Amino acid sequence: MNGRRSQATERGAGGAPLGTVAQSGRKAPALRHRSVARRKAVDLIVKVLAWIGAWFGIAVMAFVVWEVVVRGISAISWSFFTQSTPQDVTSTSGGLANAIVGTLVITLVAAAIGIPTGFFGGIYLAEFGRNGRVATAVRMIANVVMGVPSIIVGVFAFAIMVKPVSHYSGFAGSIALAFIMLPVMARTTEDILNLVPNELRESGLAMGAPRWKVTLGVVCKAARGGLITGATLAIVRVAGETAPLLFTALSSPYWMSGLFGSGGFFGGPVANLTKTIYDLAGTPYPAWQSLAWGGALVIIVAVLGMNLLVRLLFQRGKEW
Amino acid sequence: MVGTTVTDETQMQSQATVVPPRLEVAEARRGVDEDFDALPSQISVRHLDFFYGKSQALFDNDIEIKRNRVTAVIGPSGCGKSTHIRTYNRIFNLYRDQRATGEILMDGMDLLSPQTDLLDLRRRIGMIFQKPSPFPMTVFDNVAYGLRQHYRLSRSELSDRVEEALKRSAIWDEVKHKLNEPGNALSGGQQQRLCIARAVAAEPEVLLMDEPCSAIDPVGTAKIEELILELKSNYTIVLVTHNMQQAARVSDYTAFFFQGRIVEFGPTTQIFSNPAQKQTEEYITGRFG
Repeated sequence: MNGRRSQATERGAGGAPLGTVAQSGRKAPALRHRSVARRKAVDLIVKVLAWIGAWFGIAVMAFVVWEVVVRGISAISWSFFTQSTPQDVTSTSGGLANAIVGTLVITLVAAAIGIPTGFFGGIYLAEFGRNGRVATAVRMIANVVMGVPSIIVGVFAFAIMVKPVSHYSGFAGSIALAFIMLPVMARTTEDILNLVPNELRESGLAMGAPRWKVTLGVVCKAARGGLITGATLAIVRVAGETAPLLFTALSSPYWMSGLFGSGGFFGGPVANLTKTIYDLAGTPYPAWQSLAWGGALVIIVAVLGMNLLVRLLFQRGKEW
Repeated sequence: MVGTTVTDETQMQSQATVVPPRLEVAEARRGVDEDFDALPSQISVRHLDFFYGKSQALFDNDIEIKRNRVTAVIGPSGCGKSTHIRTYNRIFNLYRDQRATGEILMDGMDLLSPQTDLLDLRRRIGMIFQKPSPFPMTVFDNVAYGLRQHYRLSRSELSDRVEEALKRSAIWDEVKHKLNEPGNALSGGQQQRLCIARAVAAEPEVLLMDEPCSAIDPVGTAKIEELILELKSNYTIVLVTHNMQQAARVSDYTAFFFQGRIVEFGPTTQIFSNPAQKQTEEYITGRFG
């Protein structure tokens, strides 16, 4: 008993000067109040600023969408989705079907290359490399590449995919887009996997499962909602890109014809929405300009639709 | 189950009616007059040191974990309880900067040796974690996870074994109609028993429990303690707990850890009624920690 008490006293005296003061009975000075009115005023100002910021952003967005819808809706018709880009100014028909198909193909091929690569890259960063030297370097490079202007990615793809074979190709466009998706997907995957609690990894390993199985079957499964959202956002990110396609897929007024040959996916320029919009919008012909607005509407609706779809599908998948 | 039972499952009784009978059970069972040295050891730890990077967390741990007994590991926060049992299944290997030296012997093999097959080791030594961590899959698939991992089973054998494991973990009646629902839709206490079922299904020899009740309400805790007493006949259990009443209720042997060292190890009755070390006495009487 005695021993313990002396120990306690020692601890109190040595470690806690505050306690000593309190024991001596000195009173703390009375607290001065801060102005409540001022705090309320600051609160109000911050609220108003946030409100203005939010509504300004929404208003600009709404304006863009509204303008595109109003001008583009008149171009939307059956032939818009069935016919290819008009080549004759006098013709009254013509659509963007070839460009829509081209954009779909280019984007899907880009996704097929960029998403798995980025996904496994992200797994490496989050699960295996972690804070190792390689992972740190890869992470830094990914961050840099994400900030590279897309036109530079286009020039890069031109240099490796177009120049050596002396012709444009839709595939070169896919490569350029995949190159943009890769770091986005890798970093998104890493961030999402990092949200999965370590207990889950340990539980999986503690069951005697090998690391890859735990990673794919447990960790990624737990994060699947976020991963699919990330992949979709990566696609959306490139679906509206124009610059990388300028030097690679170029564009074409014709339908893509098969894989090889001058009209094929690998063999020559491939029609795509963004470049076509750019071309048509630059012409002096109202009918063609109208088609360009229609194309813009299609892109906006598609991007918005994909975002909404993902949100609806994975609203409940927010556990991690 | 030893002696009196608690009317089981579904209707959650108030804590007051559940806990006291168990204490009696524990009192009766806790009187250990067996010859410690004559009991077969499941795991023998010799000179175990553990490092987080450069800082040493365990110092020269020596302990004998006896087969089909519950060994409780108690001690203040940060004393190395969890660190200690996390060496048995080498789960610390997940982290690069963590390192253990010394010997952990099971059947004459050193678990710390690089030759040890971690997948097989973890089949033999299952682990239950502090936070219930059901996998993101159905109740059935959760329990089947280890079975599918380690054994070739036909579909009917698999579902028999899943049922068996859920029954042994005293959760079958609560989930038998929910086998195809996601595991994390269960309550916290149910999730933890699901995790126990998942570990038990793979037929381990040892169950490591790292504060299995710390995230569970009192009723769920009572059920898990009940379960531990039942599982003891088939498994060797090492239970880390910061709840001394829990250690007293369910364990046969108790090790008291302080600052990375095993201060005292012995029959639970002795540790709690007549500890040899002053530090142990101070801790169990609540004077520090």
